[in-house]
Amino acid sequence: MSITIYVPCDSSAVSLGADRVASAIAQEAAKRGIDIKLVRNGSRGMYWLEPLVEVATDKGREAYGPVQPGDVAGLFDADFTQGGAHALSLGLTEEIDYFKKQQRLTFARIGKTDPASLTDYIENDGYRGLKNALTMTQEQIVQAVTDSGLRGRGGAAFPTGIKWKTVLNTASLQKYIICNADEGDSGTFSDRMVMEGDPFVLIEGMTIAGLAVDATQGYIYLRIEYPHAFDVLNAAIASAYEAGYLGENIQGSGKAFHLEVRQGAGAYVCGEETSLMESLEGKRGLVRFKPPLPAISGLFGQPTVVNNVISLASVPVILDKGGDYYRDFGMGRSRGTLPVQLAGNIKRPGLVELGFGLTLRELLYDFGGGSASGRPIKAVQVGGPLGAYLHESQFDTPLDYEAFAAIWAVVGHGGIVVFDDTVNMAEMARYSMEFCKEESCGKCTPCRIGSTRGVEVMDDIINGRNLDKNVPLLRDLCDTLLNGSLCALGGMTPYPVLSALNHFPEDFGIDAKATAA
Amino acid sequence: MTESGNMQATVQQIIAALKDKPGALLPILHDVQNALGYIPPESIPDIATALNLSRAEVHGVVSFYHYFRDTPPGKQTIHLCRAESCQAMGGKQLEEHVKSKLGIDFHETTADGKFSLEPVYCLGNCACSPAMQIDKDIYGRVSTDSFDAVINTMEASA
Repeated sequence: MSITIYVPCDSSAVSLGADRVASAIAQEAAKRGIDIKLVRNGSRGMYWLEPLVEVATDKGREAYGPVQPGDVAGLFDADFTQGGAHALSLGLTEEIDYFKKQQRLTFARIGKTDPASLTDYIENDGYRGLKNALTMTQEQIVQAVTDSGLRGRGGAAFPTGIKWKTVLNTASLQKYIICNADEGDSGTFSDRMVMEGDPFVLIEGMTIAGLAVDATQGYIYLRIEYPHAFDVLNAAIASAYEAGYLGENIQGSGKAFHLEVRQGAGAYVCGEETSLMESLEGKRGLVRFKPPLPAISGLFGQPTVVNNVISLASVPVILDKGGDYYRDFGMGRSRGTLPVQLAGNIKRPGLVELGFGLTLRELLYDFGGGSASGRPIKAVQVGGPLGAYLHESQFDTPLDYEAFAAIWAVVGHGGIVVFDDTVNMAEMARYSMEFCKEESCGKCTPCRIGSTRGVEVMDDIINGRNLDKNVPLLRDLCDTLLNGSLCALGGMTPYPVLSALNHFPEDFGIDAKATAA
Repeated sequence: MTESGNMQATVQQIIAALKDKPGALLPILHDVQNALGYIPPESIPDIATALNLSRAEVHGVVSFYHYFRDTPPGKQTIHLCRAESCQAMGGKQLEEHVKSKLGIDFHETTADGKFSLEPVYCLGNCACSPAMQIDKDIYGRVSTDSFDAVINTMEASA
C-alpha cells in the first residue's frame, strides 16, 4: 500500500523551499522504488518548523522539520516513510505542544487536508454548515450567527449578525456578499492561510451568507500580493460549481449563489470597505462617506454584506455546531476564537488559534518562545500598521476587544509583530506617518496633508530640532488626524505614533516627565 | 504587424472579453498588464471608449494603484517588503544591500533591463521575515547572502 507524505503548498512554506523538498521526495521515492502518495497540504502554522514534512502512520501523522532538499536522502535512509527516527523528527504533529494547546475551530482542517480536494473537504466535516442552513429560514441563519457572538475579524469587530440582519431587512432585487481579502496589515497572514489551505470553507461561508440575506452574487476582493491564493481560490470555485455547491441551484435547493475573485492592485486603503467597493466598481479607491451604510447602499448602490475572510470562514462551524458552541469560547464580549499571528522578531512565529482571553505575555513567551535574536523584547505592535505599540508593562493585557480598547490599543486582525531592544521607536513612528502618506487615498485633508506634515515633524524630532515646539506639534497633528479623518487610515495612524511617543519617550530624545504635557 | 499594432490587437481582445463585466475596469487593466508588462498610455483611449469613461478617469485609476505601471518593467520585478515585521528582522539593512547590489532605487529598473525594484507593504510572509517576491515566486528569511545567490543564479541563466 502506498504511503502518504504531506508537504505544504502554503506560500510561506514554499518561500522556505517546500516545492524543492516535495520534488526531492518524489524523486528519491522513485529511485528507491517506494510507492508514495504526495499530498500538498496547507500549513499547520508552525513556521519555524517549515518546510514541515508529515508521514501518515498507524499512530497518526509523524512530523519532520525543518526539512531542506539536502535532508531528503537521509530521511529515507532513516526509514521515515515508516515513521523512523531522524535528527529532524518532531514526533506526532498533533502532539507538538504549540499545536496541541490550541483550540482550532476556523482552522480545524488547515494543514490536515488537501486544499484542492472537495472530497477531502467533505470527508472532514465540510459543507455540514451549508446542509443545515438549507433547512433553516433566513431569520434562523442570521439568528445563529448573532447568537454565536461573532464580531468582524477584519479589525473593526462589528457584530456580524447585526450586519447580516440589516441587509436581510433591506429590500432589493440584487444584493451582494463581499469577502474582504485585502489582508494588508503587516504581521498578518491568517486570511492567506485560509485561502491557500482551506478555500472551500470560505466558499461555504459566503454561500451561507448569500442564503441568509438573499444575495445571489459574491465577490472575493483579493490583494494582488497573494497570487498563489488567487490560483487556489479559482480552482476551488470551479470544483464547487461542478459539484453543484455554487451556481443557479445549490444542492437542488433552487437557491442561487455565484462567486468570483477580483484582484486589487496594491492599495492598502482598499481594505477599507467603502474604498474596496469603489475599487470593485472600477474606480479609484476613494473612501466614501458613511452613512449610507454598505448594508443599505453598498456595491453598485445595493445592500451589501462586507465581511473579512476569517469572519466568513467561521460561519460554517457556527452553522454546523450551533451559535452556542462557538460562543462558549472566549471572554467578556469577545466570543469564539481568534487566530493570532505571531510575527517579526520571535523565536516561534506562526498561527495560534485560541478563545479570546489569553494574555500577550503567554502568547509571546509560552507560544512564541521570546525574541528570535535572543535579546529582550522591547515593543510589540498588535493589529497591523494602525495598531498601538505596547510596552512590556502592558503584556499582561488579555486578548479581548474591550481590554485592548481600555489601554488605547486594538486587537485588529490579530497580528502581533515583535521588536527586540535594537528598535528605535521614533523611527517606527516616522515610518507610520510615511506609510499613511504613501497609502492615503487623498479624499480627506487631515490624512492627505497631515501624514506629509507628520513625516516632516518626525524628521525634525529625530534630528533633535526644537523638541519643545515639535513634540506638542506632533500631538496636535495626531489630534487632528484622530478626530478629523474620514476613515481608519488617517484616524488610527496616531495609535502607533502616540503610543511610541508615550511609552518610549527616550527614543524621541525627551525624558519621560516631559511627555505628560 | 507592427509592435504598436500588436499592442492594440491585444488590448482590443482583452476589452472584448471583459467589457460587459460589472466593474470591468480593474480586470481589464490587470489583463493588459499581465499581457504586456505595463499599461501603455496609448491603450487608454481604447479602454475609455469601450467603458464609456473619459481618458482622465482611466488614467486616474491607473495612477491611483501602486501595482499598475505605465512604463515597461525590467525582465524581472523584485518586490521587497518594507513593512514592520520585516523591519523587525533586519529588513532595512537588506533594503540597503539590495539597492546597492542592483545599483537602483525603488521604482527604477537596472540599466541592462534585467531587474525592476518595487517596495511592497506586506507579502503575508511575516512569519518568515524578511520577505521578497520576484515575479510570482516568494522568498522568506532573506539574507544579504541568499539575496545575492538568487540574483546571481538569475543573472547566470538570463
